Amino acid sequence: MGRRWREAALGYVLVVPALGIFGLFAFYPLVRTAQLGFFEAPIFPGLPSHYVGFSQYFEVLSSSAFLGDLWRTVLFVLLTVPAGIALGLAMAVLAHKRLAGIKIFRTIFSSTVATSVAVASVIFFSLLNPQVGLFAYWLGQRGGGGILENPTWALPAVAVTTIWQNLGFTFILMSAALQSVPDEMTEAAALDGAGSSRRFWRITLPLLSPQLFFASVVGTIIGFQAFGQIDILTQGGPNNHTEVLIYDIYQTAFGQNATADPGRAAVMAIALFAILLLLSAAQFWFFQRRVFYADARD
Amino acid sequence: MQETERPGGRPRRKWPRRAARYLLLVAMSFVVLLPIYVTVVNALLAPQDIAHRPPILFPSSPRWSNFATAFSDANLGIYLRNSAIQSVAITLGAVATSLLAAYAFTFVRFPLRRVLFGGCLATLMIPAEVTIIPNYRTISDFGWFNTFPALIVPFVASGLGVFLFRQTFRALPRELRDAATLDGYGHLAFLARVVIPLSLPGIGAFAVFSFLGAWNQYLWPLLVTSSDSSRTVQIGLAQLAASDFSRVNLVFAGTVLAALPIFVVLLVFQRSLVRGLTVGAVKG
Repeated sequence: MGRRWREAALGYVLVVPALGIFGLFAFYPLVRTAQLGFFEAPIFPGLPSHYVGFSQYFEVLSSSAFLGDLWRTVLFVLLTVPAGIALGLAMAVLAHKRLAGIKIFRTIFSSTVATSVAVASVIFFSLLNPQVGLFAYWLGQRGGGGILENPTWALPAVAVTTIWQNLGFTFILMSAALQSVPDEMTEAAALDGAGSSRRFWRITLPLLSPQLFFASVVGTIIGFQAFGQIDILTQGGPNNHTEVLIYDIYQTAFGQNATADPGRAAVMAIALFAILLLLSAAQFWFFQRRVFYADARD
Repeated sequence: MQETERPGGRPRRKWPRRAARYLLLVAMSFVVLLPIYVTVVNALLAPQDIAHRPPILFPSSPRWSNFATAFSDANLGIYLRNSAIQSVAITLGAVATSLLAAYAFTFVRFPLRRVLFGGCLATLMIPAEVTIIPNYRTISDFGWFNTFPALIVPFVASGLGVFLFRQTFRALPRELRDAATLDGYGHLAFLARVVIPLSLPGIGAFAVFSFLGAWNQYLWPLLVTSSDSSRTVQIGLAQLAASDFSRVNLVFAGTVLAALPIFVVLLVFQRSLVRGLTVGAVKG
């Protein structure tokens, strides 16, 4: 009996550090965020906020500001995820064959994993600057407002920055996926007379569909959390054209002067949580399944 | 020159295809490297030369001093130091807490074990972006603004770490524990002398993943630091680009300095890095 008790005590001691951090910085703040959404900011700053129940949730989630944020976030995901995966897959296919010097190309293709979101964004911010930027010069801009101040092109510019920054990661992911396609399958198809493009579209791509699905989900999750590039490149502008959900949460919660409204921001944060929960449930379900397959094989 | 016989087709020469492939590889490399190349070139120019039209693509007299100026005058040295301290501390902390918890969840019997493990997994579903509002207040209540604890403590536990290490531990042969018990090993000795040495590749992959994640953080350090002495390199670089565009060459030099440590990590730990990045991604 004593031994058992000591064993259990040891178990708790070992899990307490991790669970303590989770409790303080994940579970408590999640509950607290949901709760903050029940409180509305006072009309005059300085007065206490008051309890309004779910009415603030209904109000914020049906507001055109929130729906606009959501639309721009979805647009951002649509601009970044399919193009990023297609490009990463194309690079992986190119670098898959054993050729002389292929290692150099593989290193080059994965090199942007070394760029953080801030590094990539500052590079594009500088290169798109109409006064000094090389890209702005090539785009034919000589001074004046740059592409990042253009309502039509600001979001695509942020998307291009994001695609470039994630290209190394996508390439690594797609290369690993390609390696999972058994060579015998494509070789057999080649013997049957299938050309290389036919082999790719009919054999390789269908076999990759689980990984492509997974990469899309991961890409969408990353897209919904994209913050740094917006903050550095456009700060939500021009005129809200790059105001995505996470950036609106940030500005609403921590805005300067009296515009800060934690209750409103909390409602949007819970909405973001719900969206990401659905996406990561899909991802997690998928990951677990694959891990169990791996276990079963051992 | 090789020739291959294709059923139902005429023999084809391989080399034009090969040349086309190299052409595409070079073209793609150009797309990937161009922003990096231009950044490095601009980091070696004087401010007025960066604005020179047509643009200078090959610096005739590179100003290496830009890096020293960015490092000292533009505070990049301090920012890099802060990022290094933050990232190393988070990595060590997350590895340690995950090892202990995963060990308990695998080898120690105690009530509520499954429930608590489920709790660890649940944190994977709570992204840091969602909880910033109360966490900001917690840091404020603790009086931690502009301090390392604010940058480090919230991240020294990882649901992913606990999950991955438990997977690794479960794959170890059961007999190991029995043999260790016969040898008189207690739990902690078994963990330190048997389990950890056998799990090093997995621990390494998670450590690289954890370090990169910490190094690249943006939103949280932006919220909890406001002084030059406490900013991380990501935030410091962004502020430099936003505030001091008259010395744009320093912005470029700073960008190179900020990216350099991770480039080195990439080259040295390429294998672990690839494993680390694909952790939780494509298995098998």
